Amino acid sequence: MSDSTAPNPVILFFAAIGRPVIAAFGMVGRVALFAVQAIRKALTPPWYPLRLLEQMFQIGWASLPVVALTAIFTGAALAQQIYTGGQRFNAESTVPAIVVIAMVRELGPVLVGLMVAGRVSSAMAAEIGTMRVTEQIDAMVTLRTDPYRYLIAPRLFASVITLPILVCIANVIGIFGGYMLSIYKLGFNPANYLTMTADILEFDDIMMSLVKAGVFGFFIALSGCYAGLTTRGGAAGVGRATTNAVVGAFVLILLSNLIVTLTAFG
Amino acid sequence: MAGQPKIELRNVSKSFGSNHVLRDVNFAVEPGESMTVIGGSGSGKSVMLKCILGLMEVDAGQIFVDGEDVCAMTQADRDTIRAKFGMLFQGGALFDSLPVWRNVTFALTKGRYSNAREMRATALENLERVGLGQDVLELRPSELSGGMQKRVALARAIAPRPEIIFFDEPTTGLDPIRTDVINRLILELVRDLGITALTITHDMGSVEKISDRVAMLYDGRIIWSGPVGDLRHSGDEHVDQFVMGKATGPID
Repeated sequence: MSDSTAPNPVILFFAAIGRPVIAAFGMVGRVALFAVQAIRKALTPPWYPLRLLEQMFQIGWASLPVVALTAIFTGAALAQQIYTGGQRFNAESTVPAIVVIAMVRELGPVLVGLMVAGRVSSAMAAEIGTMRVTEQIDAMVTLRTDPYRYLIAPRLFASVITLPILVCIANVIGIFGGYMLSIYKLGFNPANYLTMTADILEFDDIMMSLVKAGVFGFFIALSGCYAGLTTRGGAAGVGRATTNAVVGAFVLILLSNLIVTLTAFG
Repeated sequence: MAGQPKIELRNVSKSFGSNHVLRDVNFAVEPGESMTVIGGSGSGKSVMLKCILGLMEVDAGQIFVDGEDVCAMTQADRDTIRAKFGMLFQGGALFDSLPVWRNVTFALTKGRYSNAREMRATALENLERVGLGQDVLELRPSELSGGMQKRVALARAIAPRPEIIFFDEPTTGLDPIRTDVINRLILELVRDLGITALTITHDMGSVEKISDRVAMLYDGRIIWSGPVGDLRHSGDEHVDQFVMGKATGPID
């Protein structure tokens, strides 16, 4: 008797695998729908230019110190690593070339993306999430203002516009960090270092950096806004939303970085 | 024959999973009337308001505002219908990032930074209606006491001169004097400005002061409705228990 009602272990096994897979697909679908809705509304009026400027200040200006510190230390450490590694096959002179390519194509966009994601995605999720659980979003709707246009669109635009600017600054500072370490510690000639850096850098490298930055900017804002707008359950819910926003942004940045890189060079 | 109700719910149902919050709810609010819905915590009162406002979709049934079925409307049409409504949220729901005067005039500016001088004057006019003055104009909501936040939220709700106002627990957390101030304001809005009011509250003192009619929501259904004068002899044991605030009775 009991055998007929006992769960089939094979079904239990596939159910255990299937549930998270279906949940993951469901999440991807919901985020994609949110993105479509956000883009559609961001491209249609009314627009809020002052909210856009506020967000650009919050995302761009306020992130500069952390971005600059990350870039300068990474550039310097990178120069030392390449020099030490290059010594093994007498390739110490490649330091300027590898520093500039690594910074511009890869480390600049990814590190800035991750640093800004940690700072900005969580802040967006916390602010919008708190608005959600305190009924401010509902109040906004009853006051006939679309939260997508008032809250989400300025953040999306600001993030997509600001990230490339931040990445450009980070690239310059990172290269400068490598330059300083190479000149003052590793004994490179300043003029030769700068000449090699300029010679090796191509327009495509800069374009790749900017494209990645724009894509990362979009995902940073998307993750923060989605987590915030779907927050449920009071203060604990806001805490979960901030964590989800940062984790989501990190995963999206790293995944899209690989896709952009493979698309360009694959 | 009675005129067209301002708001009418016909067989409205709403569930969250297996939790049936509203089951075939039927009731109407007449123009210029102050209607109060009472019921225990979690009985679906707030959900009902949110369904009327289109903040939540109903699972079944129809909601009419001035004879128009809002459930069948497009989002754009719903936005137009929302212009008829003001809503005082339970916690105030003021926008933390904006000063009081921008909160009060948010419906007029749609959140834009325009006509600052004119909007300050409009905000002050509405704040004075709720007993507040110039000194709070530039403050942030976090700098106000709970009672002041509620009054600012009320000023925000009345600023666009709506035809209908919803009050979600308007006197919760207020001292007896402030409670009376809010009750008087609600009465003023209904009597002087002809606004239709739909209030949900647990505060029986307020119910008897501000209501023309009362309905009780229990187990997802309207189990009783009638003039406020009949509330204390409704003949329904659920209503009696709730009104008298007794721990024992049919309500768990």
